Amino acid sequence: MPKILSKEKLSENISKIVVEAPHVAKATKPGQFIVVVPTENAERIPLTIADFDKKQGTITIIFQIVGATTRILNSLKEGDNIAHILGPLGVPSHMEKFGTVVVIGGGVGIAEIYPVVKSLKETGNEVITIIGARCKELLIYESELRTQSAELKTTTDDGSSGRKGFVSDELKDIINSGKKIDRVIVVGPVPMMRVCCDVTKPLAIKTMVSLNTLMLDATGMCGICRVTVGGETKFACVEGPEFDGHQVDFGELASRLSAYKNKEKEADNHVCRLLKNG
Amino acid sequence: MGERSVVERITDFQEVPLGYTLEEAISEAKRCIQCKNPQCVKGCPVEIDIPGFLKYLALGNFESAIKKIKETNSLPAVCGRVCPQEEQCELKCVLGVKGEPVGIGNLERFLADWERAENRKQKAESGEKKKDKIAVVGSGPAGLTCAGDLARLGYQITVFESLHVTGGVLTYGIPEFRLPKKIVEMEIDYIKSLGVEIKTDMLIGNVYTIEELLKEYKAVFIGSGAGLPKFMDIPGENFDGVYSANEYLFRVNMMKAWKFPEYLTPIKIGKKVAVVGGGNVAMDAARVSLRLGAEEVCIIYRRTKNEMPARKEEVHRAEEEGIIFKNLTLPIAYHADEKGWVKDAKCIQMELGEPDSSGRRRPVPIEGSNFKIPVETVIVAIGNSPNPLIPHRTPNLKTERWGGVIITNEGATSISGVFAGGDIVRGAATVISAMGDGKRAAKAIHKMLSA
Ligand SMILES: Cc1cc2nc3c(=O)[nH]c(=O)nc-3n(C[C@H](O)[C@H](O)[C@H](O)COP(=O)(O)OP(=O)(O)OC[C@H]3O[C@@H](n4cnc5c(N)ncnc54)[C@H](O)[C@@H]3O)c2cc1C
Ligand SMILES: Cc1cc2nc3c(=O)[nH]c(=O)nc-3n(C[C@H](O)[C@H](O)[C@H](O)COP(=O)(O)OP(=O)(O)OC[C@H]3O[C@@H](n4cnc5c(N)ncnc54)[C@H](O)[C@@H]3O)c2cc1C
Ligand code: SF4
Ligand code: SF4
Ligand code: FES
Repeated sequence: MPKILSKEKLSENISKIVVEAPHVAKATKPGQFIVVVPTENAERIPLTIADFDKKQGTITIIFQIVGATTRILNSLKEGDNIAHILGPLGVPSHMEKFGTVVVIGGGVGIAEIYPVVKSLKETGNEVITIIGARCKELLIYESELRTQSAELKTTTDDGSSGRKGFVSDELKDIINSGKKIDRVIVVGPVPMMRVCCDVTKPLAIKTMVSLNTLMLDATGMCGICRVTVGGETKFACVEGPEFDGHQVDFGELASRLSAYKNKEKEADNHVCRLLKNG
Repeated sequence: MGERSVVERITDFQEVPLGYTLEEAISEAKRCIQCKNPQCVKGCPVEIDIPGFLKYLALGNFESAIKKIKETNSLPAVCGRVCPQEEQCELKCVLGVKGEPVGIGNLERFLADWERAENRKQKAESGEKKKDKIAVVGSGPAGLTCAGDLARLGYQITVFESLHVTGGVLTYGIPEFRLPKKIVEMEIDYIKSLGVEIKTDMLIGNVYTIEELLKEYKAVFIGSGAGLPKFMDIPGENFDGVYSANEYLFRVNMMKAWKFPEYLTPIKIGKKVAVVGGGNVAMDAARVSLRLGAEEVCIIYRRTKNEMPARKEEVHRAEEEGIIFKNLTLPIAYHADEKGWVKDAKCIQMELGEPDSSGRRRPVPIEGSNFKIPVETVIVAIGNSPNPLIPHRTPNLKTERWGGVIITNEGATSISGVFAGGDIVRGAATVISAMGDGKRAAKAIHKMLSA
């Protein structure tokens, strides 16, 4: 069973763990993810491989505690085993020398963009990174990203760090400054990805988004992850998670993400009780 | 053979048929007239020596009887339950010409259950240990059979399974009340006792490619199944509340959503459920819905009951349990409420026209016959295609246009040393044909490595 080698709290509700999983690390490319089943009774949840070390045989995941299964995952400690890890999954991020690439991460999406930024830089791109969160405490991975980016801009909703406002405001400014942008990559909450796509669409700047759909098997067998892209149904787990943002039906995506809201609350309450008593 | 009453069984997930009693089993086995040229064997894809095991059974020698079966079939408790016997061994039984054929499947089940109850696990006998390592992809019936047969010949076998639980459709697809998971686990334990190593959480194609496997293993068998759910591509199919049967059954069987929140994977089911399709998968999804507390469950099928591909027995049980059959009906669109949750299925009435390529009369829509069925849950069970992942990641692996991996009569694919069988080759078929394919490939691999 994959063992947790180290664990770190990045903010109030975001944790980072490094896991021993040599076969996963060996095959991983930036933009791919894993499925984690922390304990036998938990859900199968998808999490991005935020970093990987082929030599050490480790992968890093950074996750936000939002519900029952992430809460259970967070209850595991250094030295504990994770019941199941499956990966790498999904299609890797397309890498080539595009020129100037703006990479945008919002919320926990900030951690998800790290391997992509790193790889873009290695491929010879000029990377401008924009990260945004609600407040200063939630702006994770800032120094790591700074070393990999030509420029790093930060925004917070409350102005506690960087610019007060949204990542899309920064994006607009860069565009308005007249800089030629060859590609934009956005990872974060649905509304954020949608707004960024609205900015780039009229200018026809190719914009890729990484979709966090609900997933179950994540091997192409169930179809829960289906999204409409360019009028066609796609399975995000095997055909994604990256898609052309200008083609994605974000309305449908948002609605499908909320399909289990009440049940998730119920499960979370159940786990909260268990963790309190145990 | 007894069955649990409808009122009792629809409230839980326990098995419906009770199985033969000892007396029933012996007297049923005695009905076999021990044909010199037994037709029944020809109907069995793994050629079990049926009169052979029935003879022992009739004499009350259960141990020899089960041993006889296991010579060719390593999963008797499964086959006895889910084989379409009425189209295979029992269809061919000579007694069936005038009266009732011998209940071969149920007798097979009886023996496997007897062995389990007695805890008389047949000691795994393996041949002389060989050095050759062989990789098997997928732990469904095709992969397990191939692995078991090769292990018995002494090879070192590693099975790679992408999911976190083994068994393929036996585990994630066929529900508990038709195939208890305890039984699947026991059959898999038997395969493991032969020395087979099973590695779960290993998606071949992503973790290792087939080419990478060939560097470490002398041969590879691909039994990755037909797990790709088909949709109809009609408007509204992506609304919340519209499931593929795979998702629905996976949540219930694999993730144990029926024990929510003890198990954390949720399932949401409305009062009114519609299942689209007419095969075993549709019957299973419908009967699961009933057990999860749906008030009204209907099956929407575009032909009539006569053309349904599901086993007669299962259609009958579904009807008994109160499932409503809306035959000659085709959904053409779904509508949702303001929150995006499905609220009705727009359907069109069909009639049967000329026979099509399958020999069944083709359903044709009746113009202007549109009507709405109010629903809160829709389960699309119109079939599955071969899993495309391995073919996509293995450029030299030749496939049919519809996705099936192309093999020779011996089960060899277009890549030397790579064999395939089961649903990845046939499209959605049966447990026993997948097992037959696994056996055939095991023979061919042995032949190749002995040469
Ligand atoms: C390809 C992919 C990569 C991902 N990578 C990461 C990552 O690196 N770090 C990380 O923290 N999360 C990531 N996610 C999201 C993560 O999978 C979910 O947060 C997790 O499944 C929640 O599980 P839970 O049981 O704790 O909460 P649940 O009880 O399932 O959900 C709690 C709340 O979160 C919402 N929610 C559930 N799933 C998602 C989702 N996929 N996206 C957005 N909201 C969701 C629910 O609607 C609900 O309001 C990724 C998702 C995908 C598909
Ligand atoms: C709901 C349902 C009811 C059915 N009822 C009956 C019945 O009553 N009688 C009957 O005879 N048949 C029935 N069938 C059909 C029968 O189950 C299948 O024909 C049979 O299971 C096929 O066996 P298989 O080994 O080829 O594939 P599967 O059982 O599908 O197993 C394939 C395995 O390979 C794994 N896999 C896939 N891709 C990879 C990969 N890349 N790497 C590693 N592992 C991988 C999968 O996770 C799976 O575990 C039913 C099917 C369903 C879905
Ligand atoms: S394995 Fe299936 S077909 Fe063969 S004898 Fe048993 S029930 Fe009949
Ligand atoms: S065909 Fe029927 S009667 Fe003849 S051997 Fe087979 S089971 Fe017995
Ligand atoms: S998560 Fe099941 S098909 Fe994508």
